[in-house]
Amino acid sequence: MKPLSVPERLTKNRFLLDEEQSHIEVNQEIAKSTGTGKLLVACCPAHVYAEEADGTISVEYAACLECGTCLAVAAPGALKWHYPRGGFGVQFREG
Amino acid sequence: MTQAAEPDFEVIVIGAGIAGCVAAYQLARQGRSVLLIERGEAPGSKNLSGGVLYSRGIQQVFPDFADAPVERRITRNYINFLNADSSVAIDYKDARLADPVNAVTVLRAKLDAWLSEKCEEAGAMIMPGVRVDRVLIEGTRVVGVQAGDDELRAHVVVAADGVNSFISKEAGLRRKEPLNHLAVGVKSVISLPRETIEQRFNLAGDEGAALAVVGDCTQGVGGGGFLYTNLDSLSVGIVVRLDDLTAKQKVVTDIFDHFLQHQFIAPYLEGGEVLEYGCHLVAEGGLHMVGEIVMDGMVVAGDAAGLTLNTGLTVRGMDLAVGSAVAAAEAIGEALDQKDTSKAALARYRDKLFASYVGQDMKTYAKAPHFLELERMYKQYGELFANVLYGSFNLDTQPRQHLLKVARKSLARSPLKMRQLARDGIAGARAL
Repeated sequence: MKPLSVPERLTKNRFLLDEEQSHIEVNQEIAKSTGTGKLLVACCPAHVYAEEADGTISVEYAACLECGTCLAVAAPGALKWHYPRGGFGVQFREG
Repeated sequence: MTQAAEPDFEVIVIGAGIAGCVAAYQLARQGRSVLLIERGEAPGSKNLSGGVLYSRGIQQVFPDFADAPVERRITRNYINFLNADSSVAIDYKDARLADPVNAVTVLRAKLDAWLSEKCEEAGAMIMPGVRVDRVLIEGTRVVGVQAGDDELRAHVVVAADGVNSFISKEAGLRRKEPLNHLAVGVKSVISLPRETIEQRFNLAGDEGAALAVVGDCTQGVGGGGFLYTNLDSLSVGIVVRLDDLTAKQKVVTDIFDHFLQHQFIAPYLEGGEVLEYGCHLVAEGGLHMVGEIVMDGMVVAGDAAGLTLNTGLTVRGMDLAVGSAVAAAEAIGEALDQKDTSKAALARYRDKLFASYVGQDMKTYAKAPHFLELERMYKQYGELFANVLYGSFNLDTQPRQHLLKVARKSLARSPLKMRQLARDGIAGARAL
């Protein structure tokens, strides 16, 4: 049995999307110069981060599972990450 | 001034996880006015664990814990060295673990909802859907919390805001952790019929199994895999240390997929459907990660205080959250009675914590994290064990050799040295 892809898995979850603001912000310059960008892509279990053709890191904040791994591996200044506003984001039904 | 005259609540608890709910419950039962603030839509909706709760402590807090929505009583612990083509395990099953109940599998969205109901019954006020942005600090003292434009004041704030604890970081109690103190857990909950689970794991009734796996499941990265039985689902996942994950430049979801597809793991999951996908940061630093947990007007409990333990056999966090919340509630109660909620008065929390099983166990296993950072734990030992057994079971019509000789030969072929084996044996005996 082939496991589901990450996007397929994420469709099983319940999310309440904050359409007004993202809780994640990458400093592209620092992310690039420190190698943080590649770490974010490799370490995020929800594939929130992706490296674009031009080398910048795109952010799909709606998929965030709010574990905080990205912030832990990021070099100082490379990433602003906080929990989404109250009531928004992933809402686990199992947990 | 040791505390303000007339705050909104005596105690504000940030985070309705296990530590937050137990602290709020105990304080409400003391007759204190308690506000429990939770950023999720409902208590439990942001909370996730691997799934095994060692439950003696929480049974003491809630005499009716038997009614709590837990999944299965763990009576079977399966400790597994997993290689690509072989697997060596200790399969420990014991009826004594069922009565009194020692450990249960839990799904936190369900359990924590129940815990918060208990808090409400005891008189605490619950405020879900609200994110605390920061604590209010006057001088050296925490005097309340700020959420959006609202300010709420209390004599004591309990930071039970989880492993990322923005609150204790911003209050200056915690720094950014080094990566060897942190791991990421990735988990799927996979539904299967009850009977299928009982057949596959050799269980009856509400008995449960906990499989702990090291080796090929994490592609050699420090950490392990787990597979826990719920009533009609499985919790399956990996936990990998961030220093090793980044150093080996692995993609965390590749490791997770590799585990799910492993020839010895996949058959357990066959036919199941993914119900949910989640992840969680795990504190792995042990005692070294427990820093300052008390300041004027605030204490830190549970994951936020770095209270998790990996002893090689048991992986604990939720029971430590319970113990820390019990200690915190006692200390806060005494401080409120004396109308002194300064750091010096609240320091009783730390004393009580370290007098309890929580602090004692953190000390006992203080060397465990360092021992578990040994690279060879995650590849070479499993292969060595399997090769010794292969040498014994593979009756290839050649004359047999004594087990000791087979073991020596396997060791000679392994990258492991006798010296390392002896050293790791002694270090392991001291650390675990």
